[in-house]
Amino acid sequence: MRDSETFDIEIGLLLEGIYQKYRSDFRDYTKSSIRRRLALAIEHFGCSTASELQARVLGEPEAYDQLLRFLTVPTSEMFRDPDYFRAIREEIVPILMTYPSVKIWIAGCSTGEEVYSFAILLKEEGLLQRTILYATDINPLSLRKAEAGIFALDQVALFTKNYQKAGGKAAFSDYYDVTLNAAVFDPALRENIVFADHSLATDSVFAEVQLVSCRNVLIYFNRELQTRVFRLFYDALSLRGFLGLGAKETIRFSPMASGFDTFSERARIYRKKGAAA
Amino acid sequence: LNPFEIPVKNAPSLLVIGCSAGGMDALLKILPALPREMPFATAVVIHLPPDSDSMLARIFGPKVRAPAKEAEDKEEIRANTIYFAVPSYHLAVEPEGCFSLSVDDPVNFSRPSIDVFFESAAAAYGSRVVGILLTGANSDGAEGLRAIVKNGGRAIVQDPKTAENSAMPEAGIRALTDAPDHARFILPLEGIAKQLQDPRSLIMENLWKR
Repeated sequence: MRDSETFDIEIGLLLEGIYQKYRSDFRDYTKSSIRRRLALAIEHFGCSTASELQARVLGEPEAYDQLLRFLTVPTSEMFRDPDYFRAIREEIVPILMTYPSVKIWIAGCSTGEEVYSFAILLKEEGLLQRTILYATDINPLSLRKAEAGIFALDQVALFTKNYQKAGGKAAFSDYYDVTLNAAVFDPALRENIVFADHSLATDSVFAEVQLVSCRNVLIYFNRELQTRVFRLFYDALSLRGFLGLGAKETIRFSPMASGFDTFSERARIYRKKGAAA
Repeated sequence: LNPFEIPVKNAPSLLVIGCSAGGMDALLKILPALPREMPFATAVVIHLPPDSDSMLARIFGPKVRAPAKEAEDKEEIRANTIYFAVPSYHLAVEPEGCFSLSVDDPVNFSRPSIDVFFESAAAAYGSRVVGILLTGANSDGAEGLRAIVKNGGRAIVQDPKTAENSAMPEAGIRALTDAPDHARFILPLEGIAKQLQDPRSLIMENLWKR
């Protein structure tokens, strides 16, 4: 193993190479997590240094696809942090109800747990039919998994518990069929979901939305990239639109904080300010 | 081209503490020893049940002399402050002189993991880190302590004979077998407390000088 300064230099070169070759930008991800993930990847690929991994990944696009699994966060839960979804249901949905049609952006949707949670919640509140949910991620494999809507059965007990705590109004089992070892979610849930490849680091706004939900994604970004992404959300949101973050994420340390009011600090929901004063 | 920069020179030095089973009592013996106006920052990772709300800052706040708070994502690390990791998230230190959180998989069955925390501190702060590993029933933190010493920092391990659970400090000592004597110390809690409050402590010298 190299000393950590050399390792850091090699990581910088690898990420630069990935950016130039594949246009995916991990250069502003937090160094601590990139360091750990690449250490795991180096082991997985049987390489001894990041430079060796760099040669592999730049030479073989399939190796890059594999590396993406290490560089992006793969797992989530349905109705993770039930208090958040309860706040969405009880405090945000009644406001969204007043719009003729609603657009919601689940940014960094990973394998889809959150977007299905939203679809279920909106269905129960009678809002799903006039809502479009954009679910975006940079990892094509995750997006494909999200689109399939199939989740491991051993996760379902946790999802069910979260759903109930989040104020679910039906039996959670109404929403999926059980096969051998998987829960296959009702395809009707995704009729209004648009899955799309989108990079928060390099892509721009694609629609005007009333709610952005982006949870446990920003913690992987350094401050500069966080600021870029907050600006992106600001631009995507309609006036008085909502931004929901992860339970330990805040806009407070960002220069973009001045563009938002705190709607619920406990649920980490912020609201874009109205017309400039 | 912007490779990862070397540690920021202006950020305050860092005292990092890790513990698990028995850790609350141990922390209650050493954290109150930290001086008022400490010129360095202190950050603590203790394993707690995943659903437990973090009460640490509130529990320790009245018992310590420096301000205590929970470590938040991208928060600038300031001198004279005692930070606590929140349950269910890894805590790490970034070279920019701030904390970061993550929901990456548990390491050593732990999230937060002491190894993740210590290794990031070692990489970001180099010789300006002192790591303390206390009582615990697993070996999380041992690799991190090794990384701290390897990058020029210093390590203090609670004397396993005095620890409520000796597995963690024993693992820490094993991981430091090759460490030079000036970088590796084994002390009971009273001895650790004494070092923490002494501005002339040789173990802590890199934390006191700016």
